[in-house]
Amino acid sequence: MSLIDLQEPASPVPSRRLGLARSRLRGLVDVRRGGILLPFVALFIALSATSGPFLTKANLLNIVDQQASTLIPAAAATLVLVSGGIDLSIGAVYGLAGVTAAHLALVTNPVIAWVAGVGVGLLVGLVNGFVATVARINALIATLATSYVVSGISSLATGGNIITDFNRHSFNDLAGTSLFTVRTSTWVTLVVVVVLAFLLARSTLGRYMYAAGGNAEAARLAGVRVHKVQIIAFALSGTAAALGGVIDTSRVLSAQSSSGADLAFTVLAGVVVGGTSILGGVGSVWRSVVGVLFIALIGNGFDLLGLDPLYEQISLGVLLILAVGLDAWTRLRRA
Amino acid sequence: MHRVVPPAPHVELRGISKQFGGVRALRSVSLQIRAGTVHALVGENGAGKSTLGKVISGVLAPDSGEMQLSGTPVAFRSPRHALEHGVATIAQELAIVPELTAAENVFLGAEPRRAGYVRRRDLSERYHALCEHVGFAVPAHQLAGRLRTADQQKLEILRAVARDAALIIMDEPSAALTREETLHLHEAICSLRARGCTVVLVSHFLREVLELADAITVLRDGAVVRTSLASEESESTLIEAMLGRSLDGTFPPKSPPGADAPVRLAVEWLSAPGVRDATFAVRAGEIVGLAGLVGAGRSELVHAIVGARRAHAGSVAIDGRRATRRSPRRMLREGVVMIPESRKEQGLLLERSVAENTALSTLASLSRLGLVRAGRERKVVTEVLAKVAVRPARPEAPAGALSGGNQQKLLFARALLCQPAVLIADEPTRGVDVGARRSIYDLVVELAGQGLGVLLVSSDVEEVLGLSHRVLVMRGGEIVRELDGMVATEHEVLEAAFTARGVS
Repeated sequence: MSLIDLQEPASPVPSRRLGLARSRLRGLVDVRRGGILLPFVALFIALSATSGPFLTKANLLNIVDQQASTLIPAAAATLVLVSGGIDLSIGAVYGLAGVTAAHLALVTNPVIAWVAGVGVGLLVGLVNGFVATVARINALIATLATSYVVSGISSLATGGNIITDFNRHSFNDLAGTSLFTVRTSTWVTLVVVVVLAFLLARSTLGRYMYAAGGNAEAARLAGVRVHKVQIIAFALSGTAAALGGVIDTSRVLSAQSSSGADLAFTVLAGVVVGGTSILGGVGSVWRSVVGVLFIALIGNGFDLLGLDPLYEQISLGVLLILAVGLDAWTRLRRA
Repeated sequence: MHRVVPPAPHVELRGISKQFGGVRALRSVSLQIRAGTVHALVGENGAGKSTLGKVISGVLAPDSGEMQLSGTPVAFRSPRHALEHGVATIAQELAIVPELTAAENVFLGAEPRRAGYVRRRDLSERYHALCEHVGFAVPAHQLAGRLRTADQQKLEILRAVARDAALIIMDEPSAALTREETLHLHEAICSLRARGCTVVLVSHFLREVLELADAITVLRDGAVVRTSLASEESESTLIEAMLGRSLDGTFPPKSPPGADAPVRLAVEWLSAPGVRDATFAVRAGEIVGLAGLVGAGRSELVHAIVGARRAHAGSVAIDGRRATRRSPRRMLREGVVMIPESRKEQGLLLERSVAENTALSTLASLSRLGLVRAGRERKVVTEVLAKVAVRPARPEAPAGALSGGNQQKLLFARALLCQPAVLIADEPTRGVDVGARRSIYDLVVELAGQGLGVLLVSSDVEEVLGLSHRVLVMRGGEIVRELDGMVATEHEVLEAAFTARGVS
């Protein structure tokens, strides 16, 4: 309840100065919008020039394919961040989905195993969504909690062992077959990313996600079902994390509960470096894709140039600070 | 502190002016406040009394004019700077740390310490000495968060006194207090005065002001009407002095609905947190104004109507259909659209485009198979923005880049797209300059002319009277008076809104 004099004008800044600040702000926002593309292109060119094997179809396709299990969750995690949440359970869900699929592949049809693995992720995502919205528990804590529970379940299920499907060759089809000389896992990634990008940018639901994350109260008063929108985002994130887990399991034909330990952070790093705000309401899927690939390029570059991989982590850390700092700074300037 | 009564007044203001955007909040205010007195500032919502308090306490810097403190010119850069000169503020929102004890709160940031550690015994000795000096009795070791609001206020007062404040500005100190707590606060103010402190009291409650103050300054429209001794004033002379704001906006002509116009919104015995037993109806073509002081429960009432705030009793009917289990979304479908009080916090997505903001409530109708039909959206949005005259009508610009008036029109555009039966506009001209104000008035009148029922919430009495066919006045969560908007006077509205709570 406000007891302040209502007649106090909301913005006590003379209009001329506001105009100046506005044009400067627009410039900054544009920097953030396009932001990640410039360093990405620069790095791409630099690597092409310095490393012979970099600019080959095999290397580039390999990078994308290796990133499949990061790109898919990152695309969906972008939806969660944009709608005002955060999902730390990505890695745990990835692990559980892999374990579930690997388990079922031993006894049934591989398609059922894939679908069940992904279904487990959808389930966890829905739980995350309900806990973080209807139960009003902070999303960071809620998904941290579910990640412990989910990891625990995976460990229980496997008894801490690795499940192998080496004699189940058809299970490998999801990641191992090729279509037009490109692996199926890359095709799956492409489809998921394009669908989610389209969903966020063009659909009614996507608009509501921006509204829910940008100003939940305004969205609610304007008739948006904020909780429903956020639950869908969490459900998609869980599903995508699980799909990543199933793809990787299909690729290596084995799974263990601890395999996704760092994934949530890798994914978030990619999304945030891409320029999606951790504060909600700002971001897009293509940026996350570029962010993830940018980090992958750094790794690839360190490999190809034979640099000490320790510096890779340091540069990633600095990059993250820069990305979040730029976001905070643009918001500060607006306020 | 050793102070003899200085020959000059404690505070002297000369020609203080302050402007926010297009709104002149203070117009050449000159004022003397004598040392050791309680000096009250009164006026209706937006008369400038809080702004004036903030100028004296260094929260706001005046655009022009001079301020003298005990004969010396001063220009405060911040509340901290003002405090160094012995000027402290007790704001409406108290600044206490609930997890610290009373004594710790009072000496926060100025604790007696040795080698970085607080000397607890010293702290509590000083606290008791201070309490005795001022005449308060708040237990030193009680956690501040467990204290009553009145005692928390006393901590703030103690804090001010501990920092040698000789002038304390209190902005609506009794607004959040119970009757008994208010009496405690009054005693505290009297004991401050008895010890030579000067108190500037900004208050809505005229009886409180008359009881406590030595001198009263009445403000109207940012200017001083008069300063006089409290003994020479009464509630009715004060209300009279607040009246007659200069006309800085003209209103479109009124055309009230015929006696047979159907009821569009019917509210019966609606109760919710902050609202009790509200009953009224709005007919097609009718503009009903909801007046009252800040905190009287107007926004709470409209939020309860649209279901943004849970009601515990009562009913709402739209065109005769009773709306149960209300939520903003369901009420939109029923045909009730609300333009919220605060554009930035409750209305807009500042980062998103004007088009997105405009289409937000009706996006489903602009979509096919869950995808937004961009061409259709653009066409519809451009049309409606032209209708409400948003300039410049660039649908792709971020909403945050629009002026206050244009942001407000954007919200009207969003509401129009919903094709409502009932429009609720909460403070539609708050922070909007005079030119844009008139076009918002025209919009409101035009919408009523199309057969909508309009409920207009405004803190501006002139605006309520200028637009409404009927005026409801709220006080303390209840609708206390219904007035005919065609003949009602500002005096009647203010009298109903201001009549003091039963203090003493």
